[in-house]
Amino acid sequence: MTAHDPDCEKCEELLQGYLDRDLTQTEVVIAEGHLDRCDYCRRRYRFEEHLRRYIRVSASERMPAGLLAKLSELRGPTADGL
Amino acid sequence: MSESGAVEPEAEAGRRIATEARERVRFEEEALELADQVYRVARRMVSTREEAEELVQDTYARAFRSWTSFTPGTNMRAWLLRILTNLNTDRGRKLQRTPDLQPLEESDYYLANKVAASEGEQALDQERVVERLSQGGVVDALAALPHDFRDVVVLVDLGEFSYADAAQILDVPIGTVMSRLHRGRRILKQKLAEETLT
Repeated sequence: MTAHDPDCEKCEELLQGYLDRDLTQTEVVIAEGHLDRCDYCRRRYRFEEHLRRYIRVSASERMPAGLLAKLSELRGPTADGL
Repeated sequence: MSESGAVEPEAEAGRRIATEARERVRFEEEALELADQVYRVARRMVSTREEAEELVQDTYARAFRSWTSFTPGTNMRAWLLRILTNLNTDRGRKLQRTPDLQPLEESDYYLANKVAASEGEQALDQERVVERLSQGGVVDALAALPHDFRDVVVLVDLGEFSYADAAQILDVPIGTVMSRLHRGRRILKQKLAEETLT
């Protein structure tokens, strides 16, 4: 099985929707049926899954110290007796 | 005047004000709890940390001013991000950003194929193979995405918003979110292959 196999091409088309859980039931059956038989596509799906997690972790940057205090200062006047 | 019923007794007016103040405080506290998550999304929508801080501060200033327009029980994080993306778009217009070119993207397996070509087909089975891409390279590749694509990728893949929430935040149809997301991810993978795999 290679990228030029029409079944692999179809599976590649379904990759993003599959990982987003946005396929119809029929499409899920097509994708999973093919993945069961095809190492080539299964490896690429797994790679994509790991890649997504890696992108999320790599691109995530914690709020700088001090910003929360600045945001708190933007609050409305505190009413008495609360 | 009392027969008109238009004038609230003083005690009732006082209670109403106190209730509103309590609701406002609750709103502000809930919003502040989301600040880190809002910042993480904001940070990848602009170029520098300073810009991100400024954008988040402007967002909270506006949110605190117009807190009564938030519907309790709805998604506050999405509501805050809606304000943030609007502010960011206004800012972008002021900066007269050059229009983004529509790039031609490669297929979805492109990056995996490149990795397989350099590391071997079996390497794709290992989770650690993605670490061949530098973390700085991931940040740079995201920053280099045309901003329409980047905003959707950041909201869905970093902010973990649903397609529907992203559509509402950006005020575009859900189909637009999906096509920008799919194309944006492909462009991202193409950039990752070009910039971080040598």
